[in-house]
Amino acid sequence: MAGEITFNPDDKYNAFLATCRKAPHGSGKLAGVAVAVKDNISTMDIETTCASKILKGYIPPYDAHVIGLLKAEGAAIVGKTNMDEFGMGTTTENSAFGPTLNPCDTGRVPGGSSGGSAAAVAAGMVQMALGSDTGGSIRCPASFCGIAGLKPSYGRVSRYGLIAYSNSLEQIGPLGKTVTDVSTLMGVIAGHDRHDTTSLDKPYNHIPNADIRGLKIGIPQEYFGKGVDTNVADVVKKAIGRLEELGATTVPCSIPSMEYALAAYYVTCTCEASSNLARFDGVRYGPAPDTKKSWHDAYQEVRSTAFGTEVRRRIMLGTFALSSGYYGKYYAKAQAARENIKADFNRIFKDVDVIAGPTMPTIAFRLKEKSDPLSMYLADILTVPANLAGIPAISVPCGKSDGMPVGLQIMGRMFEDERVVDVAYAYEQEVN
Amino acid sequence: MVDAEDQVIVGLEVHCQLDTKSKLFCGCSTDYRSDGPNTHVCPICLGLPGAMPALNKRAIEYAMKVAKALNCEILEESEFSRKNYFYPDLDKAYQITQYDKPLAEGGYVEIESDEGGERKIRLTRIHVEEDPGRLVHMGNVERGKYSLVDYNRAGIPLIEIVSEPDMRSPKEARKFLNKLRATLEYLNVFDSEKEGSIRVDANISIKGNERVEVKNITSYKGVEKALTFEVTRQKNLIRRGQKIERETRHYLEARGVTQAGRSKEQENDYRYFPEPDLRPLRVKSWLDGIVLPELPDARRERFIVQYGCSLNHARTLTGELKLANFFEKVVASDKSGLSPLASTWIADTLIGELNYRDMSLDKVEPAAITGLVLLLKAGTITDKSGIEVLRVLLDQRFKNESAETADAIVKRLNLAKTAGDSGAITMAIEEAINENPKALDDYRSGKAGALNFLVGQVMKKTRGKADPAELNRMLTEALKNKEA
Ligand SMILES: [Zn+2]
Repeated sequence: MAGEITFNPDDKYNAFLATCRKAPHGSGKLAGVAVAVKDNISTMDIETTCASKILKGYIPPYDAHVIGLLKAEGAAIVGKTNMDEFGMGTTTENSAFGPTLNPCDTGRVPGGSSGGSAAAVAAGMVQMALGSDTGGSIRCPASFCGIAGLKPSYGRVSRYGLIAYSNSLEQIGPLGKTVTDVSTLMGVIAGHDRHDTTSLDKPYNHIPNADIRGLKIGIPQEYFGKGVDTNVADVVKKAIGRLEELGATTVPCSIPSMEYALAAYYVTCTCEASSNLARFDGVRYGPAPDTKKSWHDAYQEVRSTAFGTEVRRRIMLGTFALSSGYYGKYYAKAQAARENIKADFNRIFKDVDVIAGPTMPTIAFRLKEKSDPLSMYLADILTVPANLAGIPAISVPCGKSDGMPVGLQIMGRMFEDERVVDVAYAYEQEVN
Repeated sequence: MVDAEDQVIVGLEVHCQLDTKSKLFCGCSTDYRSDGPNTHVCPICLGLPGAMPALNKRAIEYAMKVAKALNCEILEESEFSRKNYFYPDLDKAYQITQYDKPLAEGGYVEIESDEGGERKIRLTRIHVEEDPGRLVHMGNVERGKYSLVDYNRAGIPLIEIVSEPDMRSPKEARKFLNKLRATLEYLNVFDSEKEGSIRVDANISIKGNERVEVKNITSYKGVEKALTFEVTRQKNLIRRGQKIERETRHYLEARGVTQAGRSKEQENDYRYFPEPDLRPLRVKSWLDGIVLPELPDARRERFIVQYGCSLNHARTLTGELKLANFFEKVVASDKSGLSPLASTWIADTLIGELNYRDMSLDKVEPAAITGLVLLLKAGTITDKSGIEVLRVLLDQRFKNESAETADAIVKRLNLAKTAGDSGAITMAIEEAINENPKALDDYRSGKAGALNFLVGQVMKKTRGKADPAELNRMLTEALKNKEA
């Protein structure tokens, strides 16, 4: 069974930062399956850059836990995919190595930050891919590129080897052309890892089941309100209608704490990022610093040139928010807001089994459309609540608007990843 | 106690390496000192991108042992935080430590106060953290060509023990540190002999003035020296009417002085926040499983009762685990018979001789000292000969030469007491008196010093073998006869 596959795709969309022309594989559940890996997941002997100049040339001496699991099931790691630098973005335009283009329309972005993984799957270059989702980074590009993508419950997949952007929010997760592929890949990567003490012993052994009769679906008003494109909202409402036809019932609900979700999200991720990224100082990674300068001057020079604009912006924001006297004002408040969001979800999940809505408020942006950071941050409003609460959320294609894919997002109770997969699968089976 | 006007106020922050087999957050061995740079490292302690900490439970157990022994309260929930700062030896550019939820709070250490009696030095807290790596400067820090980074030390578990400002002199600070060391050694969680295993920051002020932080003290003696220097410096400033600035100073071990460090403007803002890669610690229930061994205070009391040691001897002997064990081995064969002599000889004489040679107790086998004490107890040799035997014995072991027993040394050097062999002593007395007629005259004219002088002369001639009491008696007799 073990062997080698030849991987030599015509990468028109700049989906890959590195490819392995001869990719070895073993036997197992994924024997010979080509899997692309987001470039923030450490792969032994394969350059891992997070799409940043500062990690150019960094070749990890170890595999991320999930890579070990993929290899153990026979998968062929065929390449590392493009992304927003360190995961910071919603378009994959913030890559130091050029943007990835959306295979559905090359004038548009694939979404981000796992844009390369989504584009590689959407273009048929690979069957499945790994991404990471900090505030929507799997679901957004899945939605924009018309594929499926799951952000697992926090703790179900080991983060060991995932180059941290925001530890308390992010999870590695699967992207695939179909929900079945997503489910299969999730089955391989989930489970406890003693190297990640925030991971839990909750393996995923599940075959998607399309029977959703009796399922109660919460429809939060905030997911169809201000800022959400009406055409997108209509497509999603129609899709939810199909779920009702399959025997589910809908219940209107509200997540009032969503008002603070974006603020809580951006405070948390910038604070954690400012600390996570401090180690990239030019001494061990990135362009060698000028040794004639004092070490802190050299650090300053390396860090002000080798990081991109968005990364520097978020490092500065996070550094400020954690400064003496501000911790209570920002980080601590953001954590309190997260508790409120969790409480809102817990309350809603007493009455419903899943929550459904659009994944993104719009279809994929045109390249360079989101030039000011604030409007880009606003695009995350529908995806960040799941990260703040730690709950599972999947995006499944549910139709088109202006010829571009629209994603249906299903969020579930903590650790009920199987259920959100089932709902997405039921929809997928119904429309195909 | 009422503080005097110029009362010294000292508080210490003591960092001790816990003597676990592996590092705090990875499986790397802590036994790095004799190996080359960057040989005890892995993705975790190198802070490679994507690596995550996994807590070593043994280190927490060790820290809890210390907390229990020092009467601290283990918090229901504690947590790790990141202390963010840039420095080339800090692999992740943050140190995982504990900030607002330490492992333990409160507690105290009892020391002998300068005024005598025991005094409680209160503790503020104990927390667990990781050691950073180390820089090796080629040349000196300012003008060296370059520096090299060694991450072998990165991730070694440390506890930081923070005291209240309860010490009143540099000497008390030294005693506090010694007591802490002894306690940690008794708990078998700390090896004080490993280079750099303890580091101290001290806060010191003169009552009513700003306090100064002295950083970078790396030896036990250094604490007393650095603080003594500071007391003098600060008192001099006050005497000259100058104001003490609140500042951080560095102790320069080689010169025994403190030097102003970075100014306040440049001080780091550590931007603490909870470490998101580790769960909060809820370990209070582990306390039930922690059984403490006999600690220094209990052992001291036992030495007084069981061996009849004086308080001071018992304090000295139990002040170091190794010494206490050594003592008990020396007297093992005859517990009550040997102990009074042995405690004096070990606590006073042996320690002094070892310090003089800067020699480790490890080089001396307890049986050698048992042999010596037996000879002394039997009256075979005089105290003076005893010291001579001890010196020979130590010199041999220090130089790793043939290690003779006390018996053998006594025989070889013919040091056995000449009691009974009064002929030799009588002769020596005769000679001494004849050679020193002035002393005889002085004796006759009632000068007290003359007798002592003659005793010394006779001792010299008999090479200390004469029993002092016997000699005194015989010499007085002889002088009386001369008078007649
Ligand atoms: Zn290590």
